[in-house]
Amino acid sequence: MRILATLRLALRALRRNKMRSVLTMLGIIIGVGSVIAAVSITTGATKQVEDKVASLGQNVISVFSGSFTGGGMRGGWGSSPTLTVDDALAIALVPGVEAVSPEVRDRNQILANGLNWNTQVMGESPDYPQIRNWNMASGSMFAEADVRSVAKVAVIGRTVADQLFPDSDPVGQTLRIRDIPFKIVGVLEAKGFNLFGQDQDDTVVIPYTSHMKRVSRRTFVNSILVQASSPEAITKVQQAITDTLTPRHRSVEPDFTVRTQLELAQAMTATAKVMSILLGAIASVSLIVGGIGIMNIMLVSVTERTREIGIRMAVGARGGDILVQFLVEAVTLSLIGGLIGIGLGMGASRIVSALTDWPTLTPVWWIVVASLSSGLVGIFSGFYPAWKASQLDPIEALRYE
Amino acid sequence: MQPNPVIQLVELTKTYHTGEVDVHAVRGVSLQVLPGEFVAVMGASGSGKSTLMNTIGCLDRPTGGSYRLDGIDVATLNRDALAEIRNEKIGFIFQGFNLLARTSALENVEMPMLYNHRRIPAQEQRERARQALELVGLGARTDHHPSQLSGGQQQRVAIARALVNRPALLLADEPTGNLDSQTSIEIMGVFQKLNAVGITIIMVTHELDVARFTKRRIVLRDGKILTDEAVEPRSIAETELQRLREEQQAVKLA
Repeated sequence: MRILATLRLALRALRRNKMRSVLTMLGIIIGVGSVIAAVSITTGATKQVEDKVASLGQNVISVFSGSFTGGGMRGGWGSSPTLTVDDALAIALVPGVEAVSPEVRDRNQILANGLNWNTQVMGESPDYPQIRNWNMASGSMFAEADVRSVAKVAVIGRTVADQLFPDSDPVGQTLRIRDIPFKIVGVLEAKGFNLFGQDQDDTVVIPYTSHMKRVSRRTFVNSILVQASSPEAITKVQQAITDTLTPRHRSVEPDFTVRTQLELAQAMTATAKVMSILLGAIASVSLIVGGIGIMNIMLVSVTERTREIGIRMAVGARGGDILVQFLVEAVTLSLIGGLIGIGLGMGASRIVSALTDWPTLTPVWWIVVASLSSGLVGIFSGFYPAWKASQLDPIEALRYE
Repeated sequence: MQPNPVIQLVELTKTYHTGEVDVHAVRGVSLQVLPGEFVAVMGASGSGKSTLMNTIGCLDRPTGGSYRLDGIDVATLNRDALAEIRNEKIGFIFQGFNLLARTSALENVEMPMLYNHRRIPAQEQRERARQALELVGLGARTDHHPSQLSGGQQQRVAIARALVNRPALLLADEPTGNLDSQTSIEIMGVFQKLNAVGITIIMVTHELDVARFTKRRIVLRDGKILTDEAVEPRSIAETELQRLREEQQAVKLA
């Protein structure tokens, strides 16, 4: 029996009992629909977090002074004066390290163009834009020579540029930090908010030497940014940095922490992973329930259509033909249910997205998985009724009233 | 030289084992049906005629004796092979028509071709179904569903369905049982017409009037053949219909 003819037969049988077919599908529709909706929302959220993590830079390893825990990350870092520029220079010699930037930061009131603005002033090395994967919008980054000469040069973020130079090009102009004039040599591209909701563009970057000697007058750095040569090298480099720093910091407790971007990303997406597992569990339960509904209806259908089965067998249908007919019917039922569910789920997540500004994203492989599993549910739940139908005795079936 | 028989039964027996008692439904029937014959099988209920028909129709297997259909020994075949035989060699016509509800006459007739082991293109299926319906005089009502057709028309659809795979044998089980006498004669007319072009027909009936349209009459009793004789004189459907019309005319005039 040709598959196309069988499919037509199945569709006709399902159309004959429209209400029943729809109600039977409902289990699968709701199951698949809710899973797709939930997956779309969590995937969207995860994607957003991942993008933010990526905006921290490429293959970044951060070395913080002082103790550091996941929850206390914002409060404690860089508070203990233990990391030095010499540490940074030692790290630069570690194999697999592409670039290093000692980081010094504090907040300052800055003045320029007759306006003032309170912002974060960061001391960095010229490698900073490369590590953070951050391009210049105009002008250029200061050079290694500026670091050596403790030069009064600065690169500013978009927000600072907008606040202090609303009508003019900041490059070539001067801003004052603690009354010290710095020449603006470049403007960074807009980068937006980071994971913690801070405006990354609200910043002024100057050579770390200038920051330590002219602005903050510190002898230590808050942290050291390191870029590994490749994503694969990150873990190895992380260990090598620890090994390099440990003999340099002979305290009882380690007074520094080496964190990778990867760890941060993992911590951030851990919740999403738990959610995914939970969703998978709910999905399988609802698909089983939907499958039971289909099996139930198929059993009813086989009994109802005993006579039809008898007629078909009398004119030459083999048991296998009958089996395939009912199996295709069950699979069609669950597959249509699954596809409607996918459509509704995607629609619902788009509505949520429109109403709440949460980004949603439906991964293609989830659509494939949802379709496949609803098809499988159809096969599993349809097989027993179909097998029962195929085993009917044609004489008995013909006599059935 | 005598042509090969369509059906050859030798000492056929069929015993049902139901609980403690064995029911001997058919107890040794030997029978030969040649191509082009038109046979009526008669007998009281319990005479074994239904069992015999189910066995001849390959819906059931004999417990003893041998059965050759169109030269094939049926007793040794499995379920699927029997289904194939039913599909290709036999056309069934039932008392209750047994058409698929909410399915057009044309599609009902096409249905057996769906199970043909040779894949018949859709175009050819449609064409053959249409031809079969024309043959039984229903060329104009191919799109109607069974519920929109009269009993006689439904039985014609069933006959067309039985014919569509060009079987060696038509098996009719009480084909006029649900029809009034005039429609019965019309259906017998269809059978006579088909028989005239060489189609072999075996028909179970308990009505003597209906049996008179056949060529040969076999009476069963207690699972054995009681009589087997040529039908003489034979009714011709057209003359009978003509007479019926004249009688109706006379009633109206009176």
